[in-house]
Amino acid sequence: MKRVSINPITRLEGHGKIDIFLDGEGNVANAYFQVPELRGFEQFCVGRQAEDMPGITSRICGVCPEAHHMAAVKALDQLFGVEPPPAAKKIRELLYMAFFVTDHTTHFYALGGPDFIVGPDAAPSERNILGVVRKVGLDIGKAVIECRARNHHVIRMLGGRGIHPTAGLPGGWSKSVSEQERVEIEEAARQNIDFALFSLGVFEKVVWQNPLYREMVESDVYCHRTYSMGTVDEKGRLNFYDGQLRIVDPDGLEFACYPASEYLDHVSERVEPWTYLKFPFLKKLGWKGFVDGAESGIYAATPLTRLNVSTSLTTPRAQGQFEKFYTAFGGRKPVHHRLATHWARLIEMLYAAERMLELATDPEITSPDVRAIPRNIVGKGVGSVEAPRGTLIHHYEANERGLLTRVNLIVGTTNNHAAIAMSIRKAAERLICAGKLVEEGMLNRIEMAFRLYDPCLSCATHSLPGSMPLEVRIRNHAGELIRSLRREG
Amino acid sequence: MEKPKLSMYWASSCGGCEISLVNLHEKILEVDQHFDFFFCPCLLDTKREAVEALPDGALAITFFNGAIRTAENLEMARLMRAKSQLLIAFGACASMGSIPALSNLHTLAAQQRTNYLDSPSIDNPDGVLPQLRTARPEAELELPEFFRTVQSLPQVVAVDYFIPGCPPEPHQIWNVVESVIHGAPLPPKGSVLGTGVSSVCAECPREKNNKRIARFHRTYEIVADPHLCLLEQGLVCMGIATRDGCGALCPQVNMPCTGCYGPPEGVADQGAKMISALGSVLDIGDYKGISEKQVAEKTDAALGGLPDPAGVFYKYSLSGSIWGSKLP
Repeated sequence: MKRVSINPITRLEGHGKIDIFLDGEGNVANAYFQVPELRGFEQFCVGRQAEDMPGITSRICGVCPEAHHMAAVKALDQLFGVEPPPAAKKIRELLYMAFFVTDHTTHFYALGGPDFIVGPDAAPSERNILGVVRKVGLDIGKAVIECRARNHHVIRMLGGRGIHPTAGLPGGWSKSVSEQERVEIEEAARQNIDFALFSLGVFEKVVWQNPLYREMVESDVYCHRTYSMGTVDEKGRLNFYDGQLRIVDPDGLEFACYPASEYLDHVSERVEPWTYLKFPFLKKLGWKGFVDGAESGIYAATPLTRLNVSTSLTTPRAQGQFEKFYTAFGGRKPVHHRLATHWARLIEMLYAAERMLELATDPEITSPDVRAIPRNIVGKGVGSVEAPRGTLIHHYEANERGLLTRVNLIVGTTNNHAAIAMSIRKAAERLICAGKLVEEGMLNRIEMAFRLYDPCLSCATHSLPGSMPLEVRIRNHAGELIRSLRREG
Repeated sequence: MEKPKLSMYWASSCGGCEISLVNLHEKILEVDQHFDFFFCPCLLDTKREAVEALPDGALAITFFNGAIRTAENLEMARLMRAKSQLLIAFGACASMGSIPALSNLHTLAAQQRTNYLDSPSIDNPDGVLPQLRTARPEAELELPEFFRTVQSLPQVVAVDYFIPGCPPEPHQIWNVVESVIHGAPLPPKGSVLGTGVSSVCAECPREKNNKRIARFHRTYEIVADPHLCLLEQGLVCMGIATRDGCGALCPQVNMPCTGCYGPPEGVADQGAKMISALGSVLDIGDYKGISEKQVAEKTDAALGGLPDPAGVFYKYSLSGSIWGSKLP
């Protein structure tokens, strides 16, 4: 049997690996997405002071520490039985919106977007941020740097540090916002709105209006009918910071809606002996293997599924884009075309920018009342937020001294583990067939199947994030290397 | 003239060090102007084989971040050592083990049990555990093994310099890059670059009054005065046992320093330094004429706000510390 190894050799070296096995006729027999890393946060956090978790769990991922910081403080609010003052919650959400804008920007322009903007068949040396700049203009490169700079500045202003924030506490936030800071944040939010609208324009012009790309987005190769997960407010509208977890079935009907504290009633995790990363699935449906459809417990939690579970968006411009999005897919909801996740991500960027402006102009945001002092230790807390890559759950239990006795984490990318594995297999099956050698453009199309999830193995496996350099090795029946292809990040 | 080759490699880390480098923002272009940024898996296309093909010492500078946890991390540490004139431990993980090294307080077996058998969300009735080798119908699949402890870079290869921080602040990275660009003479090997030599207290704007404290508080228990020293208000602020250079970021947003820059100049063990500092700050009151038991009770009460000394004093420096590890 032929074995095609897609082995990320530099950026994710040792941290993610795809093996595609071909049968005697050269067709795909099976595909495995292996995650060969375990960092063990759930164990080594036991014994730590519960209030240290926003700091400790930020170190799960240097790309999205803000998500872990927020899920951690929310879990701590419960564990310490304390309700933060309204201003503290708003400051947390404000920081979080700045983070969403910068994170989604990075993905669109540097990680996932180049596939479309530069093109899936372009040379690897062009499929990166520099290629994007060459295609769309130098001003874009500058705008991306400026967008990252201004939002990291806001994150640092509110959270104390640019990477790995420090201000989260059970019962609130360690620092209030001055009027001078507020004015600066308001201006950044306005610039973010412009930039998000501009980015949506780029997507429409470069991707959606290009028949070749549009065909890819709509093709069956990148389509999976799974359950969708996301967080919504009391009216079923998208929210990143707080709300209920909502799951809809492949036809869009509500399957479950619950507070994060009840997550164990809805999600279980499966262990496979060939990978360190677990496979979450819907408990009521059970694990049916790597298959999609209404009978299978496999779900996804991504920007696309978040739109799928939302009735509407709370901000006007993003709502307009949300309607446009579903109209473009013939009014069907949910949308199962996974490449549409890139578009959904930009709509979320616009929502985050608009929500940032709402919070920055909220009269309460400069209130000095940002701390509530816990009076007793409840001993258990489950906090959840929507991380850029999916629903993030932190579950802590602590003893009477506030020392952790149990920690369970289900992170954004892990939710999508089974779906990612399926997407890789399906893309491989459609793109590799008898007699056809794996050429560079085809390899990239397989890679696109998992890059659309923006997989953060730093979070999922607690290894490293980002775009994936690949190596493909094709071996004959005797195991001899007959061809080697590689591309770098 | 050929530009000097710069490289940056990550071992077991979170990616925050790279993000900090990228947060030089427009200055990253200046780095590009002066250096041939040769190898950086995060940002560039160059392969490991291209590094292997270089003569020894061909890389002028390598920033190495992340701790050493797997055989591959170790191989890369040795490779980068051989190929680099200056190998710089970049960030807290490479320098001291940092957060990943907290797992040295636990056994691998406990980690496996927690992750795959006892987790509240696990559904694993057959007790399946990930295996180094698994036979599948198609072929055998392999997973790598981990070392029993997480080590810092200087524990496995010779390191020329250190840039501390979790992550290092961009301005501090710039300090180093700029001085190299301008050809400033290098300090003695083993020095810490781009920071101060004192403690975080030296750049903390909070007022110190040499006040002693009767007990420690947890951060969530009090709202600290915004102008006064946090340690003197009873919060376990590691600033006194931590190198300066960050700008006292955490105390400026009313949070105690957690020690990510490692010990100040001349201090070998950060946790031991903190313990001795606390000894001089803590005042449990008059213990003349009271029984030993009463002294013990008073001490316990005073230390009640400090239930996890290992995790607090050695949060970033457990690898190679005098505390050691739980593992054989």
